Amino acid sequence: MKTMEPESEAELAAILAGAEAPFRVQGGGTRPVGGARDGVPLTTRRLSGITLYEPGALTMVARAGTPLAEIEATLAAEGQRLAFEPMDHRGLLGTSGEPTIGGVFAANVSGSRRIQVGAARDFLLGVRFVDGRGQVIRNGGRVMKNVTGYDLVKLMAGSFGTLGVLTELSFKVLPGAKSAGTVEITGQDDASAITALSRALASPFEVSGAAHLPGGGDGPARTLIRLEGSQASVAYRAGRLQEALAQFGDLGFDHDGEAVAGIWRDLRDLRRFHGRDGDVWRLSVKPSDAPGIVAALPGAEAIYDWGGGLVWLLVPRGTAPAKIRTPLAETGGHATRIRGEAGGGTFQPLPAPVAALQEGLRRKFDPRGLLNPGLMDGPAQMASD
Amino acid sequence: MDMPPPNPAILARKSELVARLHRALPSDAVISDPAETRVYECDALTAYKCAPMAVVLPGSTQEVAEALRICHEMSVPVVPRGAGTSLAGGALPSADSVILGVARLTEVLETDYENRFIRVQTGRTNLSVTGAVETEGFFYAPDPSSQLACAIAGNIAMNSGGAHCLKYGVTTNNLMGVTMVLMDGTVIELGGAHLDAAGYDLLGLICGSEGQLGVVTEATLRILHKPEGARPVLIGFDSNEVAGHCVSDIIKAGVLPVAIEFMDRPCIRACEAFAGAGYPDCEALLIVEVEGSDAEIDEQLETIIEIARAHDPVELRQSNSAEESARIWLGRKSAFGAMGQINDYMCLDGTIPVSQLPHVLKRIGEMSGEFGLDVANVFHAGDGNMHPLILFDANKPGDLERCEAFGAAILKLCVEVGGCLTGEHGVGIEKRDLMIDQYAPEDLEIQMAVKDVFDPGWLLNPAKVFPLQSSAARRDAAA
Repeated sequence: MKTMEPESEAELAAILAGAEAPFRVQGGGTRPVGGARDGVPLTTRRLSGITLYEPGALTMVARAGTPLAEIEATLAAEGQRLAFEPMDHRGLLGTSGEPTIGGVFAANVSGSRRIQVGAARDFLLGVRFVDGRGQVIRNGGRVMKNVTGYDLVKLMAGSFGTLGVLTELSFKVLPGAKSAGTVEITGQDDASAITALSRALASPFEVSGAAHLPGGGDGPARTLIRLEGSQASVAYRAGRLQEALAQFGDLGFDHDGEAVAGIWRDLRDLRRFHGRDGDVWRLSVKPSDAPGIVAALPGAEAIYDWGGGLVWLLVPRGTAPAKIRTPLAETGGHATRIRGEAGGGTFQPLPAPVAALQEGLRRKFDPRGLLNPGLMDGPAQMASD
Repeated sequence: MDMPPPNPAILARKSELVARLHRALPSDAVISDPAETRVYECDALTAYKCAPMAVVLPGSTQEVAEALRICHEMSVPVVPRGAGTSLAGGALPSADSVILGVARLTEVLETDYENRFIRVQTGRTNLSVTGAVETEGFFYAPDPSSQLACAIAGNIAMNSGGAHCLKYGVTTNNLMGVTMVLMDGTVIELGGAHLDAAGYDLLGLICGSEGQLGVVTEATLRILHKPEGARPVLIGFDSNEVAGHCVSDIIKAGVLPVAIEFMDRPCIRACEAFAGAGYPDCEALLIVEVEGSDAEIDEQLETIIEIARAHDPVELRQSNSAEESARIWLGRKSAFGAMGQINDYMCLDGTIPVSQLPHVLKRIGEMSGEFGLDVANVFHAGDGNMHPLILFDANKPGDLERCEAFGAAILKLCVEVGGCLTGEHGVGIEKRDLMIDQYAPEDLEIQMAVKDVFDPGWLLNPAKVFPLQSSAARRDAAA
């Protein structure tokens, strides 16, 4: 099927206004969450380019199809970065192509630093998008504080192109760190590792990453705590954390810039799961519930991030969604299948009144059901589970 | 500022409504005596007053649901109210409405230091959320200047900010979950003790929706451990433009202060006369505060001072102790009181891109002459959130109208330079009719379509946020 590649917002609006059949909306196509679906491929790839960058105001505006790599390079030249550290899904999902900034926000992709600075949605300041009726809509702006009308910016973040096709985004950026270090504990079981991470996160020492890699074939368990800032500040806080966590054994401290960057990049991109067979699930839970949830799923291999609040699971191919979600019924939280066969159950089923609101919004934004039908589909999802 | 005329058909149902509310709620939770409902006739935007038909003060989520269900069945508009500190008229009643106040919902339901959250009923004040966790060294970050009085419910409705949001974000960045009652009485839960709710980000959508989508009765809030310490530096300049460049250079240098406050000369003089904080008489003052251990603070302040020196400051005063910090903050924290002593004032809340600061301050100065009213500027420079204070005399005929016209002109200027009408106070009735300056009709239409989904009858706080003309068809259909 021929891919639609509009080169302007106006062309995109005309396509949607005149459309009769559904579309499969994508940016760079590197994060096909929910598996293959019907519809004409519609990409924002050609809506590309940074339109405004003010380093002194910590803001950037870019068209949705702008490659993430271009944005990161432009920011790095000014010593700034996307602080929410979006994951690169290509290694995990075996996709190729260029991730786009629109895709990052449409999927609300946030990495380890989310625990400190917030998610992608917290950095998104303004959007332009074309809704399912072909109308160009603007919401938010390019300033950090804005309560003018409803916050459709947050609604669009993480809506996977089901409410509109993003065309331009303005977002907050932050200064990069002058240096970084990792405090490391080895050999902890999951429960005590999460306890240690909780203690670090409940300290005044501004932890910017808190992860746990359980032991396995390639060595003992590693519990990792990242600190960023000036060298003196990182060294000081590492020392204080080593004191505070002394009961967990000898704590290592690595402040070699490249090694620290490497270990957190591997964690962000789930390198441990690359090339391994099985489905991959992403769970968002209350941190202290995480070890129990993982223990209730024999055969699942876990990686913990966000101090335990984010759990990545590698499970046998075709594992039933209900099996993953059963423990969550007790604890709260939600699970999304990031890799696996297409079909129902990718997204967490919602309680009926919330699903009704979601469906109601969808009908308003896309009354003809043109945008990614079947994706994030509340009630239908429940039926197929 | 107009409010739609009350609907006589609704007014005629008052006694039936009150009787039904009395049957469903404890007797002291329903107020209908006009002498008592007067207490609720306005919020902190005191220029506008109108007593509601009745007031309900439920004591639980269930009672909120009961009250809403009755009002829904009888098609009676409901105006939710937190602590009534809105500067935008967000809680202003209409004569045919019921005020639903959350003032009795003040309990702490759960504190969890291990997972770093607190769950509270939303009538609780902002400061008392921190009060509930500070013995363990924790705090709740958003700190609107009304934090002693304002309720979490109102903070969520207006997505309140504060002086420290450059580092910690505003309410939406610190809100993890809510229990919310829809207009028809349905109780829903969004989010919780985990991050990033499932499905669409309805939590983000309802935060800042000014009580038009539902009534939030419980909230799960992120709490953080307090920093080891915090100290500011005071920097004076003889030009607003240079001060603006200094802010930009500090940010570009990679230092992220917890607050950068800016005051212009009229504000500095008023504060100095009122509080005697020892501020220099100069064109612009910055207070830049950083956090960490003593050594970390010194290191960051050193960087900031080095940047400031390059801009030729007329004053540079680094705090080295808690006393010195308090003295530096004294003038800034008394700014509103100082202004109130001089005259009546209107506090605006537009946000601009930081780069536009010198231009906007210059234009405001020129407009002050054109409108014949004095204005003082105090604002959160790090995030561009301005609070121009326009001085007027409420007893002088025509002054309020002139002040409102001046305010509208400033807010239009904010939009013109790429900013917005309101950074943290909300639209309410105050900026309702300016929305067309920021948004195109289709942008407003889709926002109203969101309200259609949550509140199809347009009964919740109906005459706010959207220009009356834009929302007329929907409100009329409801009536």
